[in-house]
Amino acid sequence: MTTPDKPILKIENLTVDFLSEGVPVRAVDGVSFNVCQGETLVILGESGSGKSVSTGTVMGLIDCPPGDVVSGSVMFDGVDLAGLGEEGRRHLNGRRIAMIFQDPLAHLNPVYTVGRQIAEVFEAHGEGGSGVVRDQVVHLLERVGIPDASKRINHYPHQFSGGQRQRVMIAMAIALKPDILIADEPTTALDVSVQSQILELLSDLQRETGMALIMITHDLEVAAAMADRIMVMNGGKVVESGKAQDVFTNPVHAYTKRLMSAMPHAASTPKQLDTELRGDVLLQVEQLSKHYVLGFGPFSSKRQFKAVDDVSFTVRRGETLGIVGESGSGKSSIARMLLRLDIPTTGRAMFAGQDIFKLEGVALSQFRRCVQMVFQDPFGSMNPRMTVRSIISEPWVIHRDILPRPRWKDRVVELLELVGLKAEHADRYPHQFSGGQRQRIAIARALASEPELIVCDEAVSALDVSIQMQVVALLADLRERLGLSYIFITHDLPIVRQFADRLLVMQRGRVVEESDTEILFNDPKHDYTKSLLNAVPRPKWA
Amino acid sequence: MTDVTLSSVKSSGNIRQLAIYLTRDKLALCAALFLILVIATMLLGPLLVGEVAGKLGLRQRNMPPFSLDNGLIYVLGADTLGRPILARLIVGAQNTLGIAAAAVSCSMAAGGMLGLIAGYSERWYSHVILRLADVIMSFPSLLLALIVLYTLGPSIMNLVIVLAITRMPIFIRTARAEVLELRERMFVSAARSMGASSARILFRHIAPLVLPTLVTIAAIDFATVILAESSLSFLGLGIQPPDFTWGAMVANGRAYLASAWWIAFWPGLAILLTTLSLNILASWARTVADPLQRWRLQSLRKAVR
Repeated sequence: MTTPDKPILKIENLTVDFLSEGVPVRAVDGVSFNVCQGETLVILGESGSGKSVSTGTVMGLIDCPPGDVVSGSVMFDGVDLAGLGEEGRRHLNGRRIAMIFQDPLAHLNPVYTVGRQIAEVFEAHGEGGSGVVRDQVVHLLERVGIPDASKRINHYPHQFSGGQRQRVMIAMAIALKPDILIADEPTTALDVSVQSQILELLSDLQRETGMALIMITHDLEVAAAMADRIMVMNGGKVVESGKAQDVFTNPVHAYTKRLMSAMPHAASTPKQLDTELRGDVLLQVEQLSKHYVLGFGPFSSKRQFKAVDDVSFTVRRGETLGIVGESGSGKSSIARMLLRLDIPTTGRAMFAGQDIFKLEGVALSQFRRCVQMVFQDPFGSMNPRMTVRSIISEPWVIHRDILPRPRWKDRVVELLELVGLKAEHADRYPHQFSGGQRQRIAIARALASEPELIVCDEAVSALDVSIQMQVVALLADLRERLGLSYIFITHDLPIVRQFADRLLVMQRGRVVEESDTEILFNDPKHDYTKSLLNAVPRPKWA
Repeated sequence: MTDVTLSSVKSSGNIRQLAIYLTRDKLALCAALFLILVIATMLLGPLLVGEVAGKLGLRQRNMPPFSLDNGLIYVLGADTLGRPILARLIVGAQNTLGIAAAAVSCSMAAGGMLGLIAGYSERWYSHVILRLADVIMSFPSLLLALIVLYTLGPSIMNLVIVLAITRMPIFIRTARAEVLELRERMFVSAARSMGASSARILFRHIAPLVLPTLVTIAAIDFATVILAESSLSFLGLGIQPPDFTWGAMVANGRAYLASAWWIAFWPGLAILLTTLSLNILASWARTVADPLQRWRLQSLRKAVR
C-alpha cells in the first residue's frame, strides 16, 4: 500500500478560524506536518494551542460554522480528504483513521455493553457476521489487556475502571487495524501508574500493526516516552519540530526552551523549609472518617466503602500541606468535608479553636469566609452565565461586611491584576478564557474573601506543564505576601515537590506516609510511595 | 475553541443589543412581528369590529372565504350563523390569549418554583410536591377540570386556575430534573463553600439555567391550553356565550369540516401561528441568554482568503 518512508498522512499549510463577533479567532495558523507508517508523532502544546483542532480537521470533527477552514490540504494515502464528502469520509473514519479521546467515560455510551459498542465498529463498516464479530471482540479485549474478556464483553462502561475504559476505547480504535491512530490526551485523566501501562500498550500495538500514531499531549514526560518525532505548537503555530531527542535535549525556539525548563524532573529545586514561617496550628484534623454504605440485600451483610479512614493531620499558619494519592484514595472527600460540603462519619476538625463540623449559623458563615476552595475543573466551578466581575464579587454579595459596594469595581481589578489578568477581562464570560486563565479567576475569587486557608483540590491537574508552574508560582507568591496556608491535593508528585512543606501520601482512604517533602522524596519509606515515585515515564531514547 | 480575543459581549440588559440580535435571526424577527400584530389587534380590534362579530346574517350562513361580495370583513368566510370569521378571530383573540397567557404563566411560575424546591431540597416537602404532581398527572385533567368548575362555577378566573393547575406537573418535573443535574455541578459546590444561602444558590445560580427550558415548554404548552380551554367551553364550563375564544370556534366548526372547512380552519391556523411564533421566539431567547451560544446571533466575519 504505502512504502515505509512515504508519509501516510500529509497536512499542508492548514489554517482554521473560529468565527465570532468581529474578528475571527485563528485557532490553527499555517500548520504543516506528516506522519509515516510505524512512526509516532507527538504534538505538544498547551490547551488552546490548536493541537486538537489540527487533528480534528483530519477526522472532520470540526463544526463549520463556527469553524472555518481557511486554507490548507489534508492528504491521506495520496487522497485529498477535502474532496471526499460525507460518505467517503465515513468510509475512512474508524477503518483507516481511528481516534481515542481523553475522557473514555464520556465517549462510551453508558447504556450499551462494551462488547456491543466494539461490535458496532465492525457493523458500521459491514465487516463479519454476528458470530465472527463476537470472537473478534473477545480477542480484541484480550489484546488490550482486559482480563476475563469473554465475560467482560457483557459489562457496561461504568463497571470498568478509568484505565480499563481507556483500554476499551483503544480496542474500538484498533478493531479494523487502522493505518493511523490519533490519540488526543489519552492518559491525562489517568493516574501515573495506569498511565504508564496505557502508554506501553500503545507502543506494543504500534510495533505489532505498524500503524502510525499521532499523539496529542501537554505532558512533557508522556511526550518524551512516546515520540519518534515531536511537533511543538503554541498559539496555533508550529514553533518547533524535529526528532524527539533533539527537541528535548537541544530546544531552539524560546517557547520550547521555556517549556523544557518547566519539566518538573529536569531541575527540581527543593523547596526551602522556612521554619520561622510555621506559626501556630491553624487546622487540626483528628480521626476523620467517611464511610459509604454500598447497599445491602437480605442475604448479605451491610457492605461499607471507607472513602476516608481514620485520617489525622495538622496545618500550621503559613504552611502548605500536600495530600498525594491516586484517584479514589479519598483526597477529594477530605477536601469536601473540610469545606462542609459533605458530612463526615466520624472525626473532628478544629479550625481556630472550633470544630468545623459543629458550626452553625453566623459561626459557619464566618468559617466559610476564612476557608476557600479552588476546584479541579476551573470551568465547571464557575457559573457559565455570570461575567468574571460577578463571579469574583460574589463573596462580597454573600458576606456583606467584607467590602462596601462602591469599592467592588476597583477591588475586582486589583484582584485580577494580582493573579496576572487584566482589568478589561472583568466583563467577559468564563468560556472566553483558556484553562490557565480560568484557574486564575478561580484563585482571584478565592482570595476575594481574604481567607486564611485555601484548599486546592487538583487545582492544576487540568492545566499544562508550563501553566501549572505559573499557577503554582502564583500560589507560592501569594503565600509569602498574604501569609496564606494551603492544603494542596494532587496526584502529581513532581508538582508538590517545589510547593509543599509537608506531604501526606494516601492510599485507599488511609494515610500511608507523612513527612517533610524533601525527606519523602529522598527517602520514601512506604512501598506505595516508592511505586508512585517510580511510575514516572522515562524518555524513549534513554 | 473560544478565545480571549473575542470582543467582549455587551450585557444582555441592553435593549438595543437585543434588537440587533433579533434582526440577526430573520425567523425570530418574523415571529416577533406577528406577535406584535396579534397583540395590537387584540387591543384595538374589538373597538373596530366588535359590533360586526356578533351580528347574525342568515344570508351569509356558511359563506365560503375569499369572496369580497359582502365586504372585506367576510373575506375569510362566515360561520353557521353567518357571522364574519375575520371579525370573530379579532374579537376572540382577547379572551383566547388572555386566558392562555395567564394560565401558562401561572403554571410556569408556580410549577417552576415548586420544581426548584423539589429538586434542591431533600426534605419531606419535596416528596409532597412530587406526589402532588403525580396525583395531578394520573388524574384525567379534563375530569379534574370538570369537577372543579362544576363545584366552583364557571368563570374566567376559575378557568385560569384550573388550566394552570392541570398543566403544572410538566413544569414541576422538568424543573426538578434540571435542578437535580445542576445542583451537583461544581459551581454550585463552589457557591456553597463560599457560604451562599440556599435561596441565593437557587435563584442566582440554578434558576437562570433552568428558565430557558421552562420558557420553551411554556411556548409549546400555549397551544395545549388553548385547546383544553375550548373543550371546557364546549362542555359549557369555560367561557360562556356570547363570549367566545378561538378554541370554541374550532370546536363549533368541527361538525362542519366536510361541508364548511373554513369555520374550523381559520381559528386553528391562528392558534398554530401564535404558538409557532412563541416557540421560535423562545428558542431565540434561549440562544441569547446563553453566552456560549450567543455567537450564533453575532455577525461572523470570515478571514480574507
